[in-house]
Amino acid sequence: MTRSFLGWPAFPAAAEREVGNRQLRENVRRATHTIRGKRAVLAAERPDWDALRDSAAAIKDQVLADLETQLLRAEEKVTAAGGTVHWARDAAEANRIVTELVRATGETEIVKVKSMLTEEIGLDAALEAAGINARETDLAATIVQLGDDLPSHVVVPALHRNRSEIRDIFVREMGRHGRPAPDGLTDDPAELAEAARLHLREKFLGAKVAVSGANFLVAETGTLVVVESEGNGRMCLTLADTLISVVGIEKTVPSWQDLEVFLQLLARNATGERMAPYTSTWTGTTDGDGPRTFHLVLVDNGRTRALADPTGRQALRCIRCGACMNTCPVYERTGGHAYGSVYPGPIGAILNPLLKGLDDPQTASLPYASTLCGACNEVCPVRIRFTDVLLDLRAQVADGGQHPVERAALGAVGGVMAHQAAWKAAVKTATTAGPLLPRRIKLPGALGGWTDSRTLPAIPKESFRGWWKRTQGDTK
Amino acid sequence: MMRSMPPNVPRPRTALFVTCLNDTLFPGTGRAAVALLRRLGVEVDFPPGQSCCGQMHFNTGYRKRTAELARHFVDTFGDYEEIVVPSASCAGMPAEAYPLAAAGDPGLARAVAELAPRVVELTEYLTDRLGVEEVGAYFPHRVTYHPTCHSLRATRLGDRPYRLLRAVRGIDFVELPAQEECCGFGGTFSVKNPAVSGAMNGDKARHVLETGASVLAAVDNSCLMNIGGRLDRDGHPVRTVHLVEILARTEQDGPLPGVPVVEEAR
Amino acid sequence: MTDARTEILRRIRAAAVPPAAAPPRHYLRHAPGLAEDDRPAVLALFAERLAEYGATVLPAEDPATAVAEALGDARTAVVPAGLPAEWTARWDGEARSDRPPLTHARLDATDAVLTTCAAAVADSGTLILDGGPGQGRRAATLLPDLHVCVVRAAQVHSALPGALAGLDPRRPLTFVSGPSATADIEMIRVKGVHGPRRLAVVLLP
Repeated sequence: MTRSFLGWPAFPAAAEREVGNRQLRENVRRATHTIRGKRAVLAAERPDWDALRDSAAAIKDQVLADLETQLLRAEEKVTAAGGTVHWARDAAEANRIVTELVRATGETEIVKVKSMLTEEIGLDAALEAAGINARETDLAATIVQLGDDLPSHVVVPALHRNRSEIRDIFVREMGRHGRPAPDGLTDDPAELAEAARLHLREKFLGAKVAVSGANFLVAETGTLVVVESEGNGRMCLTLADTLISVVGIEKTVPSWQDLEVFLQLLARNATGERMAPYTSTWTGTTDGDGPRTFHLVLVDNGRTRALADPTGRQALRCIRCGACMNTCPVYERTGGHAYGSVYPGPIGAILNPLLKGLDDPQTASLPYASTLCGACNEVCPVRIRFTDVLLDLRAQVADGGQHPVERAALGAVGGVMAHQAAWKAAVKTATTAGPLLPRRIKLPGALGGWTDSRTLPAIPKESFRGWWKRTQGDTK
Repeated sequence: MMRSMPPNVPRPRTALFVTCLNDTLFPGTGRAAVALLRRLGVEVDFPPGQSCCGQMHFNTGYRKRTAELARHFVDTFGDYEEIVVPSASCAGMPAEAYPLAAAGDPGLARAVAELAPRVVELTEYLTDRLGVEEVGAYFPHRVTYHPTCHSLRATRLGDRPYRLLRAVRGIDFVELPAQEECCGFGGTFSVKNPAVSGAMNGDKARHVLETGASVLAAVDNSCLMNIGGRLDRDGHPVRTVHLVEILARTEQDGPLPGVPVVEEAR
Repeated sequence: MTDARTEILRRIRAAAVPPAAAPPRHYLRHAPGLAEDDRPAVLALFAERLAEYGATVLPAEDPATAVAEALGDARTAVVPAGLPAEWTARWDGEARSDRPPLTHARLDATDAVLTTCAAAVADSGTLILDGGPGQGRRAATLLPDLHVCVVRAAQVHSALPGALAGLDPRRPLTFVSGPSATADIEMIRVKGVHGPRRLAVVLLP
């Protein structure tokens, strides 16, 4: 059985559960702090860092403003190079296309390169339902799959697991899916990586069909790009007879030259490396080198919905580096699962509502899963203004009437504040009654959470305006 | 050296926007702002019609209400040449939020655009408009400083608060570990997501305790209320004090009652 | 019912995204702090970056000696078509031709692969393979555990933009920046997963 985020609780409830897990909090804290430090060093190394970000944001905006032309150009080039292009409006359609393509090959076990889009559409489960066993090959994705777990990070899906948990999963599960973990496996990361190498080697060598995503699709040449570290991507992209790449329509960049911007930003910002160990590019098929059959499945699944949102469409610039979640103080405490989506953290808080709409209470809770501290804005390589989008989505939630009680309360407060006499009266009431309130109390209803971990400030006897009226600001 | 104003030069008409939170819960911050500004020769006025900048409404998604409060803000402060605000987050509202809240109301949008450059956070007012860092303050206590998120990334105060603090006589200033990390307040975030907010706040409080400071300063009382509420609940006697209340104190005032005095200053 | 392609394109048009300005390109085209024509500095940086990855760097006047040293105790190596025969003259292992193509199992059972490259990047210590003469197909540079790559000094660009401009995107390209690695366990970098675990670079003048 494959787990999914279907029916996940809204952020506050899910987050409360995760925050209570000490082991998880420690794992996430350690990993995010490690990567934050590395990223900071590598970004600071480039005196032109902000110029690269400016270019990246503008190139992505250019694509989004001209997406139809760009996609048609990519389709033409991929087709001319021997590939077949398919289009999918939504997850179900994308899954159906991939399932039929795999079925046509007669294979029942395939290998996959980590792809957040295939996680988003639930491809593994769809293939499983059709009797096809899709094996993940990225180390973190393998940990998640073997542990019947859910991804918690866009770059390192098993970021919430520590080494000893990973060891236990390997020892318990590897034998059920192929070559067992070596005897006496310890939790040394190098040993764990070696166990994965051995377990997956036979799968790579035997696989006839591979499924990948892509980091970029170059429109002018029809070239696909996969950036990875381990070599599992190269294995899948190179050794299979049939390659099926499932790619979101927003992954397009106009020109080959544009890669010089994104490839210099991505690894530095994602993993704190100047370049990831391996970047593979391919255009259709090549005689005598790699797969003989290549399919490109272009997926919408809500991207055009996001594109229609004037403030929100900037989220489609995202290149999935994960820096926003690595730097986010909320993500650091909750980990990724609290967001109920394969896209957690700040990008998840904006992208999920933009892709799916705000009708579902879980999705509608995400724009509020932020203190608006703005740390994500500072590290985004494509200059997404997360706080602007969060605020705009909150306005959409408020306008949609999802919070009738809060709306009435804030409405009343706003009315009082904008009305001079009413506000003065309110201040007077507060400062008259306030000093009589005990400070260590439990506030009723929605405010109760505040007083669970804090006392309230003492309410002073005299307001500032009371003092001013009495003294005219004479401080002597 | 303290800068004294030359006589017979009319000062620009300066208003204090005290903010609703300070008005009701932290009036001492407003009184300190008035005392400090007067000491530096600024005749500050308090337009009594003022209420709230609408930050809470805006951050929760209520833009129409924010627009009403923006209109009220313009009406209240429109005639002043400079509006000084002892809160980095409220000071940022006219420039950041009002243009968005005023979308669809060109009259309000124009008024907001005209007013916003005249709204200044207090420490920036001191360092940039008055050109002072040494304000004649005396504060013989161990102090650490939490740079609030808005002061860091919206109002972008940079090292201004630190320059002001380091110039205070008698102060024992200690850097706060992991200072750039949010305290977890986030306005309604702390109410909607109390568990996460509490975890963030707990870490912030722990870092404050690591410094051994008796006083935690910041330029936003909302964040201080959050962190101070945690410290107080856990029984730690660290005082939370708005930066301006430190800058306003002089030798005449002596040490802050009930707070340990640092050795060197005795 | 319309087909998916028509429908997606219709949705894109309906989103009515306003035109965007041409992107600025004010970033550096060479490695920070280096002049492109300062060849000794560019080559020194290239060697330094490779060494940081844990790759072996062998500057050489005479390729045969350096190749033999780089191949070390490897007893078998894939030697792609187009690689100068004299480069393996001093190595006493078994050179395997990939014509006709070796099976994946046979490649996997070969100790090393010896190739040239299409270009290299100093700033990131990157080798770029495009399947040209002496480089072989992608599977051949992937399955053996040791990759020895011979780079001519003139192929080394200081930064990525210069290298990219000279590549042919229609060829399948592999950019190699150090041996395979992972940071998937607690974000701690571990060298050597699926790709070749050892990388050696012979740098010719």
